[in-house]
Parts: sequence; structure tokens; C-alpha cells
Amino acid sequence: MSEGNMNLTLKVWRQKNAKVNGSLETYQVNGISEDMSFLEMFDVLNERLVSDGKEPIAFDHDCREGICGMCSMYINGRPHGPLEAVTTCQLHMRSFKDGDTIVVEPWRATAFPVIKDLVVDRSAFDRIIASGGYISVNTGNAQDGNALPIPKEEADKAFAAAACIGCGACVAACKNASAMLFVSAKVSQLALLPQGQPEREERAIKMVAQMDAEGFGNCTNTGACAIECPKEISLENIARLNREYLGSSIASTVG
Amino acid sequence: MSKKIDAKIPEGSISEKWTKYRSTVPLVNPANKRSIEIIVVGTGLAGAAAAATLAEMGYKVKAFCFQDSPRRAHSIAAQGGINAAKNYQNDGDSVYRLFYDTIKGGDYRAREANVHRLAEVSGNIIDQCVAQGVPFAREYGGLLSNRSFGGTQVQRTFYAAGQTGQQLLLGAYSGLERQIGIGTVTMYSRHEMLEVVVIDGKARGIIARNLITGELERHFGHAVLLCTGGYGNVFYLSTNAMGSNVTAAWKAHKQGAYFGNPCFTQIHPTCIPVSGDHQSKLTLMSESLRNDGRIWVPKQKDDKRAANDIPEEERDYYLERRYPAFGNLVPRDIASRAAKERCDAGYGVGTSKMAVYLDYASAIERYGKIEANKKGIHNPSREEIIVMGKAVVKEKYGNLFDMYKQITGEDPYEVPMRIYPAVHYTMGGLWVDYNLMTSVPGLYALGEANFSDHGANRLGASALMQGLADGYFVIPYTIGSYLSGEIRTKAIPTDHPAFVEAENSVKERINKFLTIKGKQSPESFHKRLGKIMWDKCGMARNEKGLKEAIEEIRALKKEFWSDVRVMGDADEFNPELDKAGRVADFIELGELMCIDALNRNESCGGHFREEYQTEEGEAMRDDENYMYVAAWEYEGDSKWSLNKEPLVYENIKIAQRSYK
Repeated sequence: MSEGNMNLTLKVWRQKNAKVNGSLETYQVNGISEDMSFLEMFDVLNERLVSDGKEPIAFDHDCREGICGMCSMYINGRPHGPLEAVTTCQLHMRSFKDGDTIVVEPWRATAFPVIKDLVVDRSAFDRIIASGGYISVNTGNAQDGNALPIPKEEADKAFAAAACIGCGACVAACKNASAMLFVSAKVSQLALLPQGQPEREERAIKMVAQMDAEGFGNCTNTGACAIECPKEISLENIARLNREYLGSSIASTVG
Repeated sequence: MSKKIDAKIPEGSISEKWTKYRSTVPLVNPANKRSIEIIVVGTGLAGAAAAATLAEMGYKVKAFCFQDSPRRAHSIAAQGGINAAKNYQNDGDSVYRLFYDTIKGGDYRAREANVHRLAEVSGNIIDQCVAQGVPFAREYGGLLSNRSFGGTQVQRTFYAAGQTGQQLLLGAYSGLERQIGIGTVTMYSRHEMLEVVVIDGKARGIIARNLITGELERHFGHAVLLCTGGYGNVFYLSTNAMGSNVTAAWKAHKQGAYFGNPCFTQIHPTCIPVSGDHQSKLTLMSESLRNDGRIWVPKQKDDKRAANDIPEEERDYYLERRYPAFGNLVPRDIASRAAKERCDAGYGVGTSKMAVYLDYASAIERYGKIEANKKGIHNPSREEIIVMGKAVVKEKYGNLFDMYKQITGEDPYEVPMRIYPAVHYTMGGLWVDYNLMTSVPGLYALGEANFSDHGANRLGASALMQGLADGYFVIPYTIGSYLSGEIRTKAIPTDHPAFVEAENSVKERINKFLTIKGKQSPESFHKRLGKIMWDKCGMARNEKGLKEAIEEIRALKKEFWSDVRVMGDADEFNPELDKAGRVADFIELGELMCIDALNRNESCGGHFREEYQTEEGEAMRDDENYMYVAAWEYEGDSKWSLNKEPLVYENIKIAQRSYK
């Protein structure tokens, strides 16, 4: 099975389920190639665990091309590992050296309870979107797509905010486990577009209320979220959310 | 005995069929909708769009996905774009032209009426997405931007950088979450459908496994919609997500739903080549890159020079040479086979020699000159041109270039990318009629999960179009023709014997996986299946290879059921158990795909039988004998019977497909 010559020591968080305590277990993995992705290195380890009759390590992953947002490893103290603008699945072993010890933990946040090993429950994000992260337009009601020209600059900004993959790295990176970057990205995308205007005030208030209800912490402007975000969602979005929220709180009849 | 198949295509001229049908299909009144329950399995473009729309209409919807959130469905990974016959570019596009291109692109193996409907609703999809806040690429004037894609000569593809699928799915997902918030959709994430429950011949529910607790759940529905995507992962290595699987469709097949054209798979020409045995998946580089990139190999066999050291006159731009009319924009099946042909002939590049170059140098220069003109810079230096050109390419394709660099460690702004074809999409799928209903009443298949619109080859940017068309604009109407007859059906209690029996069979199977206690992991079986499929039922197929493959797969199946090792328990979060179930289904599907490929004694689209080719190596169809949809009916272990739906072309003249 060995294809390369990197030998590594892994310390991986193992936890049977949400009800029991977990701990770091140490594994030796040998013969790793630098062309492997970080998750493929885990595949190699898991195959070995199975052949040794041990339970493989559970971790979330799906597309393995950096877009679905499912992978979520906290590697050497950083969400998605040492590189910037890269998800765990796109991290390759050439970013490590032979002999390295690598510590791998799940996202840690009250609002993201551990399901098993490195797998956490991020359904709080879905509930935040359900609380207002949309434009209320039923199918069949749309006017022609070009009836509403949108300045390219605004459209590009909205797109940059919409690039969020909902992985939760921002929460994992934050010492307060705040979800402000995630929430602000969606609020910004819709606030920047003309289609988002009718529900603009209500949206900011409802989404922030849901974020608080889920148990995410407050934002203290540390900025770790934006540094660790694999899609480089900008802190400007948080500033925009604060303006949206303040403006809405004063103006809105909802709040 | 082969059965007669009724596709329920409405009468009338092709351009009126859908409009007329839509206006006359029976309706369900609002009061009745409230008591009708619909199960939607899968939350990609088709599933999320259908679930949201049906809920908006007043039905009670339950939606299921195996991922941790509906937003993660694999539609999210589609890069390049979505087609629509808007003719915003004033370049001669029309509904008819999109219809024609799609039928021709599919090598005359798709159903006319479905494809025309698809082209008709394509424009509505763009409008709907814009209204939802999908941030499509725009021009400076604020209007929507378009680009071209393979197999067409107009610019009709709408896009959002290289993340079009993501933005479209997040649009559909936001619509779905809105309904979840209102309470009209109940969402079951991390749930996998493991059986269809059929009562008195009609689909009445599903058995789903809660993937966190392992608990089996029974869910009733007046109708069940499978929006569960394609089965490309039968090849192990594909561009599909790791979790993409055929299980839901396969359970439906075994409950009586015909499987249509299973051998029609799409091998996408521009993927990052395999780097070693550890490889777990392949990554697509969007077809949109063929707009500006030029594909070539060295003219000299086994040329060891670095790409940039090979002078222009020693490069063979083989697509431009063989297909001057379409050049690098020939359809995917043709581009893929041409790459394989060059590599097999010894002209491949890279360490494995199984790759060709996709070169951006001339595009960078061209865009640089255009920018210089725009900015009024006269006599720009070469360096200035290159810098400006790179900036344009970065804006158009930046995320794809970054991804390539991240995976290969090479910078595509400086050296040509190396690409090779990989399994990407499956045109085959559950057979459906015009209403998208399978051969089991009340059981529907939408999006990639059905066989319907792409014939033997799908054109780029058509998958997103079909998924959303089925979900937003087709099923909301066509489901009325069935549900209007179900308004008196009360919800069937889930202690009905059919539910009990279905749950027991699922339980037994899970128990079997866990008690075999063999020596080999599900993953290792999957890899072996993939190798058989790729070698013998991949880009080129022949009778001998397919016959061998069928025997090998049968042996593999036997070995799987006696030697698989599944760790962990049934009553917990257990990805190994999930995987075992999916691999077991892939093995059975693999056998059927080979049988179908063996039956189809012709080459068409992505199905290339080596025995049937023209002198120039192009696919040779046999319209006389194979102009039909092969709808396979399951008759028991390794036994199928073939039903044929003849394809009738009343509006398009059948021709040898030519892109020269």
C-alpha cells in the first residue's frame, strides 16, 4: 500500500458518540506520498485500522474538491490546516514534512456538538438560513432575468459573499465560537442585491436572533474567522451585518 | 417477454405539446393538497427545487438527504454553467436550436418531446434563479453574461465564475429552507433511503435509516420522488462526490422500476489525471476552460521535453486539426475519445503518459491585447500584455486555476495543465414517462437519477438545466395527473404489513453485512469493481471484454457476500456500514451496465463499441436496430428482461453526427 516515503505521527480525537467523553489517540502512518490529499492519508489509515480489526475514524467529507463544505478537520490548531483559502479535502501532504506530528480534532463549539470522532452536527447553520436567509419568491413569479440590471461591481460583491460553503471553519476558529462571518455572508449577499431589499430589515434581525438562540458566541472583532475561511469571506461582511442590524433595530417593526 | 412501453407523450405538434398538456393536466384543489404527502429523496437541484415548489403549492413534503445538510448535495460541485435559450446575445439562439443541439449532442437517443419541453422552460429557470438572488456573472451594463460550451455554436450558457452549481443549489436550498422554516417541509438530513414501500402496486413510502442513531424509520407518502443523482461512482474513480450512490434508484429498480440505458455514461474530457493508487476521486476542470484553452500533444511520440520547451510547430492541436468547425468545443464524448486515442498511440504527456495539455498561453496573450486596446495602451510590451491577460483569465477561471495548482502543485498560469478524461455523469437512469413517473405508479425520478433528456451524451451546462427544469417547472404540473386520482387515499398507517415487511428486509440485510465478518473492507471491493468497469465498460467497450466483465462482477459479488468486513454496529453512526450497502448495490448495477453495453451493438455518444466505428474512428450508430431506449426490468438475482421504447423523430432529421 505504501506509495511514498513520508512517515507521520497522528494524534486524532476519538469519541464514540455525543454521550461519552473522547480523547486523543496516537497513530503511526508510514509510506505516505506527498501527492496524497490529507483525507486520502486518512483513507490509508482507516484501511489499515479495518484490516487490524479496529474501528476506522469517522470524519465528514463528500465532494473532495473544496466546494460542498462537508469536510471539517481542525489540524494542528487551525480549521482546515496550515494553508489559507484551502479546505481540508484540498490540503495535500506536500504541505507536511516527513516525521511531523499532526494533531487532528473536530470543530469545537457548543452549537456544533460532536456526533462521533471528527464528525459534528452543524444543523444550526441550516436553521439560521431557514429563519430568513432567502428571498421570498415562489416558483413561477419571476420576471425576465434581464429586466433588472445590476451593476457589475455590486453583483461581484454579492457573489464574493455568496461563495460561503457553510463549513463552519469561522466558528471553529473563533475563540467565542461566533457565527457572525457565516451569517454576515448571507445577509450581505442579499442586502447587496435589489431583489433582497423588501425583506432586508427583517432578515438581519431574524437571522441574528436565530444565531443567538443556537448558542453561538458574540463577535469581538478578532478576525480569526476571515483568516481561516477557505473561501476568503471578508470581514467587511461583518461590518455590513452590524450596520444592517443596527439600522433594522431602529427602523423595524419586527424587532 | 418484452412489454409494451407507454411514454405518455401528449398529442399535438412538438411546440404545443407542453403548453397544451400543462393547461389540461388535472389539478388538485388547495384543500386536498393539504392532506397529500409527498416524499422527496435527495436535495440537489432537482430535489430541492421540487421540494420547495411542491410545498409552496400546498402539499405536505418530507425531504431526505444523506449529507449533514441539504446544501451539500453534489449539484454544488458543478462548475461551468447552465444553458438557456434566452438569445440575449442575439446570436440566433431559440428554443428550437437548443432542442436541436441537445438531441444531436445526445447522438439521437433522447426523447424528442422531453427535450423540447426542457428547452421551452430553460428561460424560466434563469428568471427564477435571478429572482432568488443567484449572483450570475454580469456585464458592465448590468445585464447577464453568457459564454459558449461544447457542442453548440451560440453563447447560451449562464454562469457564476466556476461555481455555477454552487450558486444555483444555494438558491434552491434557500427556497427549501424557507419552506422548512414555515413548516411545510420536514427535513431529514443524515438519512438514507433503503427501501421503497409498494402497496397494491403503488409507491406509498420509504424505509430510511437515521445515519446518526442507526434507527430505521417508516415514512408514508402519496407519492415518492427520487432525486438522487447519478451512479458514476460505480467506476470508483469519478468526479462525483464520495457519497454519491445508486442505492435509492437501485432499490426502486428492484421494486419494479425499469432502468433506462444504464450503459450510457459520460466520460468528461477535462479532468486532472490520476496521480497514484491512493487516489480516491478525480477532479473536473470545467468544460468552460475549452472556450479559451487549446488542447494539444507533442507531434513526436514519447517527447520528454517540458511543455514550454516544445515549439509551436511541433505541437499537434489535434481537436482543431480533426474538427475544424467546432475545434476545442466538440462535445465531450468526442473530445474524450480523441484524448484517449492520442495517449494510446503514444503521444501522451506527464509521468503517466496518460494526459494531454490544456494550454492557456495563447488565451492570456489574446486577452492581454484586448485589455491593452480597451485601456488605450499603444505598443504594449509583451510583459504588460501577459500581466493584463493573466488578470482576465483569473477573473474568468481563477478558482479553477487555484484548484489545479492545489492538487497538482503546478501553476497553470505558467505551464499548460495536464488533463485526461474521467467518469463524470450518467445519462442512463430510472426510466420515466413524460410525467417523470417510473414504471411503478406514484414513484418518480427527477434530474440525473432519470434517463430522460440527454440521450447517449450530455452537452455541457445541460445537467443543471435539466435538474432545475424537472424540479421547478415539470413535476409541479405533471404530478397532478397522478395525485388528482389520490385525493381519497387517506394516509396509510406505517404499521401496515408492507411497511413492516420492508423494514424487516432492510434489517436483515444490515445484519448480514455485520455478521459476514470477512477480511476485506467495502472500500477494497469498490476499488476492484471500479477497475473492472473502467477497463471493460469505460471509454471503449467490446464484446469480449464485456463478457469477461460480467463474469468477473458475478465472482466479485459472490466474494463480497462471503468476505466483506464491516466494522462497528447497526445502532450507531457507522460510515463503513453505509458504504457496504452502497458498494453491494453498485456491484449489481455494474453487471446490468455491462449487459446493456453488450446488448447495444452500435456506438452512439458516450457508448463506444470498438466493433462499430467508421474508418475515421468515429462512433457508428445503427438506427435501424437500436433507435430505442433499453428499459431493463428486474426479474431476480442477475436476471433482467429487456423492454424497448422506440424513439420516434418527427421534428429532427436523423443524421450522422458531424462536428467537422
